[in-house]
Order: sequence, then C-alpha cells, then structure tokens
Amino acid sequence: MTDFVQLIISGLATGAIYALAAIGFTLLWQTSQTINFAQGEFVMLPAFFALAGMTALGLPFSLAALFAVACSLAVLGFAFKFLIVDPLIGQKGTLPLVISTIAVALLLKDGAKEFYSAEGQRFPTILPNDVVAIFGLKISLDQIGVLVIAVATIALLQWFLAGTRTGRQMQATAQNPTVARILGVNVERMILLTFLINAGLAAIASLLISPIYLVKFSNGEVLGLTAFVAAIVGGFNQVRGAIAGGLLVGVLDNLAAAYVSSRYRLAVPLLLLVVIILFRPQGLLGRKEERSV
Amino acid sequence: MRRALALAAILVAVAALLYAPQVLSRYGNFVLASWLVIAIAAMGVNLIMGYAGQESLAQAGFMGIGAYITAHMLKGGSLAFDLFWIYPVVLTWTPFSMFSAIAASALATFLMGILIAFPSLRVQKHYLAFVTLAFTVFLWLVFRNEEWLTGGVFGIQDIKRPSVFGFEMSPSRRHYANFTYFVIAMTAIAAFVMWWIVHSPWGRAFTALRENALRAESLGIDVTGYKLLAFAIGSAYGGIAGSLYAPLVEFIDPSPFALAPSLLFLLMIVVGGMGSLAGPFIGAAVAVVLPLFIEKWQSELVANGFAIFSHFSYVIIFSILVITTIAIAPRGLAGLFADLTKPRRRPHSDDKGARLGEVKS
Repeated sequence: MTDFVQLIISGLATGAIYALAAIGFTLLWQTSQTINFAQGEFVMLPAFFALAGMTALGLPFSLAALFAVACSLAVLGFAFKFLIVDPLIGQKGTLPLVISTIAVALLLKDGAKEFYSAEGQRFPTILPNDVVAIFGLKISLDQIGVLVIAVATIALLQWFLAGTRTGRQMQATAQNPTVARILGVNVERMILLTFLINAGLAAIASLLISPIYLVKFSNGEVLGLTAFVAAIVGGFNQVRGAIAGGLLVGVLDNLAAAYVSSRYRLAVPLLLLVVIILFRPQGLLGRKEERSV
Repeated sequence: MRRALALAAILVAVAALLYAPQVLSRYGNFVLASWLVIAIAAMGVNLIMGYAGQESLAQAGFMGIGAYITAHMLKGGSLAFDLFWIYPVVLTWTPFSMFSAIAASALATFLMGILIAFPSLRVQKHYLAFVTLAFTVFLWLVFRNEEWLTGGVFGIQDIKRPSVFGFEMSPSRRHYANFTYFVIAMTAIAAFVMWWIVHSPWGRAFTALRENALRAESLGIDVTGYKLLAFAIGSAYGGIAGSLYAPLVEFIDPSPFALAPSLLFLLMIVVGGMGSLAGPFIGAAVAVVLPLFIEKWQSELVANGFAIFSHFSYVIIFSILVITTIAIAPRGLAGLFADLTKPRRRPHSDDKGARLGEVKS
C-alpha cells in the first residue's frame, strides 16, 4: 500500500511536467491551429541550452537556467513563429504546418545530437533530494519540489488567462479570432504571446524533468508522445483537460512500469489513447462541440 | 506536347533502369534497389497523404511488419510454419516463397491498416496522425522486446534471397543484378497499379477527394470509406516494400522501423511532390541517394579545414530542405518541375481589355 501511494506521488510529479508540455500544445492549437509535432523536442532542447550555458559560458546553474529560458523564448517562441509558422499562413489546410513541425522535430533532435552530444548528460537540480518519512511513506523532497513548481506555474498561468485583461484577450482570440479582432483585440500580438508562453512552459518542463531522466537528444520522442496523449485524453480544446490528462498519464505510466512491465510502460499511454479515441473522442473534460477550422 | 515529353522521359528512365544493373557495381545495385524499395513505400504514403489528405506516421512500421513476415517465410523455420499455418506448405516452397511472402505482407498490412484507421477516421481530422504515431512506437516496442518473434535488438540474420522463376538472386558476383531486376519489376507493377488506382473511373474518387473532400462528399462519394481504403492500400505498399527490403539487406533489426524513419517518409513526399506520381521517386532519391553524395562532399570539406561541416548530418540538411520546400514550393520538386516545363500561356484577355463595369469597344 505504501508502495502504491509512493508510486502515485512520483507519478503526479512527472505527470505535472507532462501537463506543462500538454498545456503549451493545447494553447498553440487553440489560438493558431498549430499542431506542434515538435512539442517533445521543445521540452528536450532547453536542458541543452542550460548545459551549453554552463559548459561554454561558464555560468552557474541558476544563471544557466535563466539563460535556457531566454534561449527558449528566442528560438522556440520568436524564431519558431516567424521562421516556421508565419511563412505557411495562407496555404491550404493544416497539413503543410504539420509536416513543417515534423521537420522541425527532426532538425532539433539531430541538431542536439550533432552539435552537443549523442551521450546522455547528467543534469543538476536545485531541489534537495533528501527522503523524508511522513506517516510511514518515504517521500523524496525533489518530487514534492517538482510538483510544487509545476502546480505553481499552472496556477499562475490560469490566473493570467482568467484574471488579467491580456489573458482574457488571449482566450477571446482562441475562441473566435474574427470577433476578437472586431472587438479591438490585437490578435497578432496574442498569437505571438501564445508562442512565447508555450516556449516558457517547455523550458520549465525541461528544467524539471531533466534531473529525473538524463538529458538526451532522443528524449523528445517519448515526451512528445506523452504530451499528445495527455492533451487528447484530457480534451483537445481545454487547458483544464491538458492538466488532468498530464497527471493521469504520469500516474498510469508509473504504475504500469511498476506493476505491468517496464519494457512496455510506453505502451500504456498508447493504449489509453486508443481507448479514449474509441469511446470518448472529445476527451475526458472536452466539450463535444468544436470550433470550426 | 507535354504528354509526349512525359512519355519520352518515362521511356528514357525505363531504358536507363534496365541498363543500370549491368554497369553498376554490387554496391551500386544495392543503392538502386534501396531507392526503389523506399519509393514503393513512399508511393503508399503519397496515396494516403497526397490523395486522401491523411497523415500516416506509421509507414516504416508497416515496412517492418512486411520485413519480419518475409524474413520468417524465407527462412522457413518451424516458427514460420507455426505462424503461417493457414498457408499451404506449397507456398513456402522455394519457387513461390518470395511471391507468397509479398502477398502475405501486403495482406497483413492491409488488414492492419483498416484496423487502425477505422476508429480514428470516425473522429477528428488529425487523430489518425496520433494513432499512427502511437502504433509505430508500439510496433517498435514489439520488434525490440519480443525476442522469440523478432530476435529483439539483434534482429534476424542471414535472410536468403530466394530464386524467382528459376533465376538465382543471391548477392554473389554473378547474380546480384538479378535481384535488382526483380525489384525493378516489382516497382514497375506497383507504380502501374498506383497509376491505375488514381486514373481508373473507380479511382477518380481519390482525385476528387484530393481536390475537395467536401464537394466529393456532396457528390455522393463515401469519403470515410475511400479514406479508409486509401490508408489500407497505402499501408499495404509499405508492407510490400518491407517484404522486398528484408531480402535486399539480408538482415533486419528494429532500428529502420522506428518512428524517425516513418516521419522521413512524410517529408520525402513533401519534397518530391505530394499527389504526383513522380513525387515518391524524387523524394526517395533525395532521401536515399543524395546522402551518399553529401557524405562524400562533407568529408572533403572537413578534410580541407571546414570542421564545422562534420556536424551537419543528412537529417539536418534534409529537414531544412523540407521546411524551405513547403514554404516556397508547396507542390514539391515535381510541382516545381511541372511549372518550369509548362508552356507559358498568354492571358486570355489582354490587360487593356474590359474591366468589370467597362464596355469593351
């Protein structure tokens, strides 16, 4: 039983990180109809920025983390929007953008491998990794720390979306860009803001998950897949859904690794995806009506 | 005029293909056959994406299914009989083994295609992409973990090239060209069937689907049914390609059937030209043949002091190529070529003619 609870807690910790990636994915889809197949690579890359900041520029870890966030905003936010997405606006359908983000995924993956290293890299953490015993449960503090930071980030984002003027303008843009524009919302700026938020979330997710796994160029495959599954399971058109989906996938993933088979742990989220698509395609928290695209 | 040009181009290509295996080295034959095998799989993706407008991220996975089935049937061990007991023994008998392996691979991947496309086509537009993504990852886990079936990470070795119609196809000095001819023949059949699929009255529905799915539906075409069929046929092309791939490389392991190669197929089609018959061949050439040249140039550049170029792997160059192609030439290299060779037509009305509301005297 204690094992079970410990697994749930560590599952929630990784799940919260998945949720960060899934939220960014959902936001991009809502405001700009960008299905970002490079989302996993977006989470893989910032850790490399931090490592590069430490080894090449000699920065201490805390500054390197800030450097990573700044690089992510520049590369995964600005550059991604202006160089990849904007030139494709006006083309028929969403297929060109899908293909383009797939190419970006391969580019980032091979770029990290060729320009940094193909080997898995250790990544420092600012969180203490002591283990404390509460009610007979052995809980490691870094998991609690991850959970706290991720939840705080999500809460901040929710407050921004619902409580500020800019956030509500973003929501309006997501729901109906045309009407939003008529009402005087600067739609272009809101879309850019979404890309930047996505890049920021990816950077935070990257810094949180990298001490758990080694930093490796191929991390994006699994992370991306998990983020897609989390977003679809929760409900594609809902930020709340992405949170629920992320936590659910994290916990299931952890339980599967412990009780089913570690070799097939990756198959469990996939199975979940198929079940959801078969029986509840709008996702657990999704609404049935969709926006027309 | 353009028709004649196209016909002449095809004739020259066929003549060159028939001549090439004789003059090329053993390695040259291997590259040629690899190009054609990849092109067959890419034709399938082209049907799925260029005509039915769906994304398949599983083509390398389907190739893997075909390759493992073929490896078992060609090796003919006890496992082959356990697994394919429905097949009469005569079909695994040497003279038929290659064809029955191709048929089994095509059938298995066709059915698998229906199985995974059916649930996801009922719902949202991009769900098929996610399901095929999941399917590829799952297949890769199976290929890697189920050692009794696939040999795990060590794969299956010593897959013999069988003889077909009495032609020995072993990779020995005297026979390696025969296998290339066999692959050429299979590619020709596959390309002809694909041409027929998109040009026959029955297959015109695919073109209608490509042009405007909504209008196709209003004309009474069962859009979901045709999408399903396109996906299943396209996946079967992947299975056939895999079936040829196993005897070509004589050794298979899970790595060429992972997610990244599946994604490459999509990019290949975009570079070559989506929805065009030549597209898969151009795309496969860019993906398979070009890297060999680039590797050579690259090592020369690095040797001459440009060490930075050692970092530019082919995937990096290729993905940048794809990103720029989509932005500036959405119809790929085939479309670009068609635009360049198209006779320039003068606009029907001259610019000084009637504008809206004006009376032309």
